[in-house]
Amino acid sequence: MTPLLEVSHVTYSYHTLSGETTALSDITFSVDEGEFLVIVGPSGCGKSTLLSLLSGLIPTEQGSIRLSHTPFIKHQTDIGYMLQKDHLFEWRTVYKNVILGLEIQKKETPENLAHVEQMLKDYGLISFKNARPSELSGGMRQRAALIRTLALDPSLLLLDEPFSALDYQTRLNVCDDVYSIIKKERKTAILVTHDLSEAISMADRILILSKRPACIRQILSVHFSDPKMPPMQRRQAPEFKHYFNEIWKELNTNG
Amino acid sequence: MDKLSKRQAEFIKNHRRHHYLVSFFRFMAFFSFLLLWEVSANLHWIDAFIFSSPSRILETMIYMAKDYSIFRHTGITLYETLLSFFLVILVSFLTATILWFSGTISEILEPWLVILNSLPKSALAPLLIVWLGANTRTIIVAGMSVAVFGSIISMYTAFRETDEEKIKLIHTLGGNQLQVLFHVVIPSSLPSIISILKVNIGLCLVGVIIGEFLAAREGLGYLIIYASQIFKLNYLITALIILCIIAFLLYQIIQNIEHHIRKNRNL
Repeated sequence: MTPLLEVSHVTYSYHTLSGETTALSDITFSVDEGEFLVIVGPSGCGKSTLLSLLSGLIPTEQGSIRLSHTPFIKHQTDIGYMLQKDHLFEWRTVYKNVILGLEIQKKETPENLAHVEQMLKDYGLISFKNARPSELSGGMRQRAALIRTLALDPSLLLLDEPFSALDYQTRLNVCDDVYSIIKKERKTAILVTHDLSEAISMADRILILSKRPACIRQILSVHFSDPKMPPMQRRQAPEFKHYFNEIWKELNTNG
Repeated sequence: MDKLSKRQAEFIKNHRRHHYLVSFFRFMAFFSFLLLWEVSANLHWIDAFIFSSPSRILETMIYMAKDYSIFRHTGITLYETLLSFFLVILVSFLTATILWFSGTISEILEPWLVILNSLPKSALAPLLIVWLGANTRTIIVAGMSVAVFGSIISMYTAFRETDEEKIKLIHTLGGNQLQVLFHVVIPSSLPSIISILKVNIGLCLVGVIIGEFLAAREGLGYLIIYASQIFKLNYLITALIILCIIAFLLYQIIQNIEHHIRKNRNL
């Protein structure tokens, strides 16, 4: 099977008058269709930069990023990006927020709107369709933000620490929700986090980045006895601790 | 909600009592002032020729209402103020948008805007008369000159303070700069835009009066200058009182618009 996303030898630096800072150095990896890849690394190591490059928000300087064998030139609508905060607009209803992407790309076709309607039903937001975002709980807001991203039917989903703004209890629940939604919609996803437990509980593979300038330390395949185990149960599985220790060691050797 | 607890009822009662008390003393202060003014004028504690008195002002108002001159002067000032206000909003909105679109243009223009904004605008009025003539156009431009530069700066600042992450969201959804402007920048700057409106309506009135001082044959500003020159202080104070009422009403209208928008957007 050919991979959905191929990243090869990507290097990226930030330029300021006081000098050049290398954020990413020689990053090479690929993601298969339907896979859930989690990227972990110390904070400030360039994880978000990597996502911005993948999404085409910033252009690549060196190396190449290919999605289904088409080189990206600019932003690909085939990629969905979920930011740290939900950024639901208070001046729009939940429904209007969810179809924002369709509105921007002028894709408000009956099929797309029906898809949104179905997702709102499936993920328990239909009764809040005409509510204001402020009336939703933290978990519901995150689900609404995910539906907004999925409305454009992207083939690759990028998630930039989407749970970091939530309190711990909500975080565990939303983590479960988002995971099951992504699996149900059969999406390929790349999630960035600094939370190791979160990474192990969701990932098919974990990509471990080093400190800045970030390079790949290791790509770890995660296997649990039941491959369909939801994140919450994975946290209690015996393999969990083993993976945790392995990543912990990897992150802490040689600083 | 049908049955209030005793403490809640007590709280509401106290709140209302306080409210009535404030309103009552507000009017009392106003009426005592009028009364004191009237009595001191009648008993010659003050010179009614210079200080006028409430009854003389009322007389002047009735007299001016009979020949409609009061409505003409008020109407002209109001018209000029509103027109310059709308032009200020239009010009500053368009300019702020251009500045927001192009960082380079804004960087080039910033010092000039700051200089123009700190310039005392009344100093411009004589120049405007020479350039544009002693007419309504000059007065409207004078009204605009007081407000427009500050308004551009504040509106541009409000645009720039938009949450970068919200802008990023529009980009991740495949939107361009124009869509960023309409979906995020303008809606999130709306509260700031309303407070800019509130400040500017007052500034436009100031500018229009300055313009009328120098270049008008009608309007409240003209009335004030004319009355001071022929020493008809009754006219002057009448014009001032009408100005107070206009300023209050204009502010109130914008306050109502603000309230309406806030309610609609559920803020």
